[in-house]
Amino acid sequence: MMLNLAPNIANPDDFYAELINSQRNLDEEQALRMNARLILLLANHIGDRKVLTEAIACARAAGG
Amino acid sequence: MTNYIYPKFGYLRSKEQADGIVKRHPIVVIGAGPIGLTAALDCAARGQPVVVLDDNDTVSIGSRAVCYAKRPLEIWDRLGCATPMVDRGVSWKVGKVFFHDQLSYQFDLLPESDHQWPAMINLQQYHLEEILVAKCRANPLIDLRWKHRLISLKQAADYAKLAVETPDGIFTMEAQWVIACDGANSDTRKMVGAEFTGQFFQDRFLIADVVMKADFPTERWFWFDPPFHPGQSVLLHRQADNIWRIDFQLGWEADPDEEKQPERVIPRIRAMLGDGAQFALEWVSIYQFACRRIDNFRQGRVLFAGDAAHQVSPFGARGANTGVQDIDNLAWKLAMVLRGEAPVALLDSYHEERAYAADDNILNSTRATDFITPKTKVSRYFRDAVLELAQHHAFARPLVNSGRLSVPTPYLTSALNTPDVDLAVGEMRPGTNAADAPISIAGKPSWFLHCLGNGFTVVTFGKATEKTVIEIGPLAARILRVGRDIEDSSGLLAARYGASPGTTYLFRPDQYVAARWTGFDEAKIIEAMLRATGQDSAGQKELAA
Ligand SMILES: Cc1cc2nc3c(=O)[nH]c(=O)nc-3n(C[C@H](O)[C@H](O)[C@H](O)COP(=O)(O)OP(=O)(O)OC[C@H]3O[C@@H](n4cnc5c(N)ncnc54)[C@H](O)[C@@H]3O)c2cc1C
Repeated sequence: MMLNLAPNIANPDDFYAELINSQRNLDEEQALRMNARLILLLANHIGDRKVLTEAIACARAAGG
Repeated sequence: MTNYIYPKFGYLRSKEQADGIVKRHPIVVIGAGPIGLTAALDCAARGQPVVVLDDNDTVSIGSRAVCYAKRPLEIWDRLGCATPMVDRGVSWKVGKVFFHDQLSYQFDLLPESDHQWPAMINLQQYHLEEILVAKCRANPLIDLRWKHRLISLKQAADYAKLAVETPDGIFTMEAQWVIACDGANSDTRKMVGAEFTGQFFQDRFLIADVVMKADFPTERWFWFDPPFHPGQSVLLHRQADNIWRIDFQLGWEADPDEEKQPERVIPRIRAMLGDGAQFALEWVSIYQFACRRIDNFRQGRVLFAGDAAHQVSPFGARGANTGVQDIDNLAWKLAMVLRGEAPVALLDSYHEERAYAADDNILNSTRATDFITPKTKVSRYFRDAVLELAQHHAFARPLVNSGRLSVPTPYLTSALNTPDVDLAVGEMRPGTNAADAPISIAGKPSWFLHCLGNGFTVVTFGKATEKTVIEIGPLAARILRVGRDIEDSSGLLAARYGASPGTTYLFRPDQYVAARWTGFDEAKIIEAMLRATGQDSAGQKELAA
């Protein structure tokens, strides 16, 4: 499998709002801690090491 | 503050120093720590006389190694000293990791039963060294010389010249081969000008040995950010004689001299054990840890082993454990070279195989240290996230890293291996250390590893041969036929080796798999034996002549 970079989320505006709203009452540290948990949860769900490596590289490169 | 009485081994003036005659010895070992002592025992076990020089006259001082793993115990068993170590120490296999005051992860080191030795024992390094020293003293091939400090070493083409300082002054001796086991600050390493590079970790640890009667189980307990030591980690281990090892992470800002003072240490322990706890301090030291390795384990006639060759942070108990395996790898090769049974080039495979293992250990120790001491704020958030999630979700538990405990590194890419050709089953690939299994010999129960280790051994399942030995030039391999020489009544040996009738393994003298086949073929075994002793086709002709 390759990292899917095509749109893959139904109702993108809903998703984005949910993500942002989930951190509404958190301070910066709490939000960063939550992000860390979220990354780990999602990474485990994906599982595929090649895809994870691609995603890490893609996120690391400025502008993707 | 210690209750332990350090033995004094006593200096003796050697005959060669008294006579003023320069003697050339086949093997001189520098340093009588756990690795130098093991080196002496293994060289002697392979028939070589050894001189050991140590600048001190007692065992390791203070709080150092505690945990010894199954593979070193197997090696020490081959050398006749595992039983007293296991009897003196405490065996364990369960580790628990806590985050705050909650259990977040638990592991069991040896879920497979039917192994002779426990997954781990805990024993103070001084007790371990006492057992090794006693064994060395009882061996007529070993000459232990205390209060002998190596002060210079010069190499010639086929020997090294050593200047040694004793209470009687300085004298010169020569060695065909030197095994340098003089620890992390190795003088020998500086004398040969070798590089020793790596990484220092920006953190300090208080290592306390505490005498107490406590009802903690015999398990490894590791806390991240516990209420009694907020923001840092703590490790608890049981040792022999009701002594417990407690490691407190202190952070980089801690002042090592102040933190060592009992008035600082005692409240930390009291916070952990509760106000009513009865305990006494046995030893306290402060460490900064590092992971470093020498550029080449072989520097001409000098072979480096143990901490002199590699240093690791102790999370994973990999220091002495891997040093013992250096010796296991080196001694048979050196003995064969000295007997003229293998070319000197075989010793380059010592570097190849053990540097590969050292890199694996350093990788594991560095990863554990990075987990325990996150380098940035955000990496700390990730670390804490793993610990939080691990309390509730199985997926995060394998990510928790409080030290991956020492297991042998297989030499999967070694030039000494004969790669699998035909369909091979099971995990025992060439370059892997032999798995143990219960067997019996003439109806008497024993262990498979007891049958290996004296030179090369061929183990074959079924009735493919009537022979008992295979020889080529000076090389020989004993043949053990399962069903004739040893019985596998439980079937565990066949299961662990993926064996069916005809399956044949060639084991090296260090109990590693050199090659395996689905049938017994003498020509192939000979070829594999030559390869495992570093002989090319020119070497083969030389041997045959
Ligand atoms: C806090 C702590 C915890 C540890 N826990 C573990 C553990 O649980 N398990 C584990 O496997 N390892 C552990 N280790 C590592 C272990 O202690 C070392 O790996 C081990 O001692 C290395 O043995 P060595 O023989 O190579 O060197 P050393 O033990 O350092 O011995 C070197 C010897 O050489 C002698 N010497 C030095 N210079 C000269 C000279 N010029 N001439 C003659 N002699 C000389 C010294 O006197 C000494 O006797 C731990 C270490 C520390 C600090």
